[in-house]
Amino acid sequence: MSTTVRSTGAGVSLRRSKAHPAERVIEAVLFLAALVSVLTTVGIVVAIIGPTISFFREPAVSLWDFLTGTEWTVLFAEKKFGVLPLVTATITTTVIALLVAVPIGLGAAIYLSEYASPRARTLLKPTLEVLAGIPTVVYGFFALAFVTPNLLQTFIDVGTFSMLSAGLVMGIMIVPTVASLSEDAMSAVPQALRDGAYGLGSTKMQVAVRVVVPAAISGIIAAFVLGISRAVGETMIVVLAAGSTPNLSVNPLEPGQTMTAFIAQAASGDQPTGSIGYKSLFAVAALLFVITVLMNFVSIRLVRRYREVYE
Amino acid sequence: MTATDLIAFEPAPPEPRPAMTGPGHDRTPVQRAFRLILLGCLAVGVVFLAVLLAYVLTEGWQRLDTELWRNQASQIHPATAGAQAAIVGTLWLMVGTALIILPVGVLAAVYLEEYADRDKWYNRLIELNIQNLAAVPSVVYGILGLGLIVRGPLSLGPVVLAGALILALLVLPVVIISSREAIRAVPDSLRDGSLALGATRWQTVWRTVLPNSIPGIATGSILALSRAIGEAAPLVVIGVAAFVQFNPASVFDRFTALPIQIYNYASRPQEDFIILSSALIVVLLAILLLMNSAAVFIRNKYQRRW
Repeated sequence: MSTTVRSTGAGVSLRRSKAHPAERVIEAVLFLAALVSVLTTVGIVVAIIGPTISFFREPAVSLWDFLTGTEWTVLFAEKKFGVLPLVTATITTTVIALLVAVPIGLGAAIYLSEYASPRARTLLKPTLEVLAGIPTVVYGFFALAFVTPNLLQTFIDVGTFSMLSAGLVMGIMIVPTVASLSEDAMSAVPQALRDGAYGLGSTKMQVAVRVVVPAAISGIIAAFVLGISRAVGETMIVVLAAGSTPNLSVNPLEPGQTMTAFIAQAASGDQPTGSIGYKSLFAVAALLFVITVLMNFVSIRLVRRYREVYE
Repeated sequence: MTATDLIAFEPAPPEPRPAMTGPGHDRTPVQRAFRLILLGCLAVGVVFLAVLLAYVLTEGWQRLDTELWRNQASQIHPATAGAQAAIVGTLWLMVGTALIILPVGVLAAVYLEEYADRDKWYNRLIELNIQNLAAVPSVVYGILGLGLIVRGPLSLGPVVLAGALILALLVLPVVIISSREAIRAVPDSLRDGSLALGATRWQTVWRTVLPNSIPGIATGSILALSRAIGEAAPLVVIGVAAFVQFNPASVFDRFTALPIQIYNYASRPQEDFIILSSALIVVLLAILLLMNSAAVFIRNKYQRRW
């Protein structure tokens, strides 16, 4: 039996001789398993595209009205199909979440990377991971049952459902995402850069703010973008805490319905297949899918463009 | 699915740097304040977690009784309502999802690490695609399930198999990425040794690479699975009902699950429902904690450093 071993750049790649047909079958099976992920994407596109096209073919709907209309009353008797109220609610809750998650996540990351002793780090990082592992329906329950009545309503005049409550809790949910990825980026900054700055007489704070953060900026920005895409796609927190009334308002104290919340709420109402309500689910999902995929590409591009390569 | 899920099984932490701490480094009040603010950022997360756990435990403890297991869900009698069908349904989902993600995820990872020629366009497409899928919101997977599996071509209805399939597709990128890391951590010298003894490529993978990467694969898969069973959004979208009064007997039966019931009870304002959902959250978190402990245990006990 002869086995040719061909060496390629990374490690050893093993190119087999043609002797074993069974090995070809195995390789084909492995390839099929890897193909499942591509088929998932194809499946998502196929599932969305049919009902979406047929949604825009409905006489009551036009693409222009969908993108610019200010009323979304799909589940009412008099139906209006302007998606803007869902978009403004999504933007409002996402902005609030980022106002919480970006400073807190970045601060936590700087502390973990630059200040914490190795022992403190081994204790604190798993705690953040636990925070990341809590199901979002639990966050949603907590926002509605605890944060709104016990925290917000003692200080400000806010109703049971508000975009503020959902946004705040969503921000905390995203903190581990931002913190972990930013910390990874900062840990990858070579020690020589820090030592150089110390040698020039910098303080620890100056090293952190003026050397480490700028050097890790591409990774930090990627963490922010991922945070945005998590906030845009988050469902259970907003559907529980922000309410279910489409509302063209960016006032955080008001209730609002995000794109994801509409999908969840309308789908649980059991829309008959083929009805306009059913198709509208897919149209909103198409918009959501396009937005998140675009943001993912932006994140990948940003990282590539601003990446500083260290040896 | 996001990259955060992958951080838990990062193979090796970076070398600890000499900690530049000590009073000499924080001389001015500004520097001390900066340090305190940073610590405060971390504290926000820790305190939030502590308050959340304390709240659900104090609210839910009075309903952590045997009725919670013995009885079925009820919209009318929250004080004695149980969640047997939801707990059983979640266990069904867990087993079903595991049976799908383990073979598919591990085989895909083997392909990408051991077989794929990275210069080929289709292999690069697969990699890019897995990266992208990890960023797709879970509710979109629900839409995929609604359009193709529950209704449409397969028309299974909101049954166990449909739920398990959707959750499996949702966490598959995590399983693939973590399994790849585990496989990559096996040193090439082992592969070379196996091949030098005359083993074929698959024999090398099956008898040398996979046995040595099982701890890493198991850890990653358990963490992915714990993410899957906490998901509510895709199940809500495919129309899984909260008030199912029977346990599923096969994968083609309708079912309900813990996150769905928590969602349903949480949206009702009465105190009894808040207590009930708190109790169910405690049960769900206990299951997740068990799974995560198992993952950490496997990682610490069996993971080998090469």
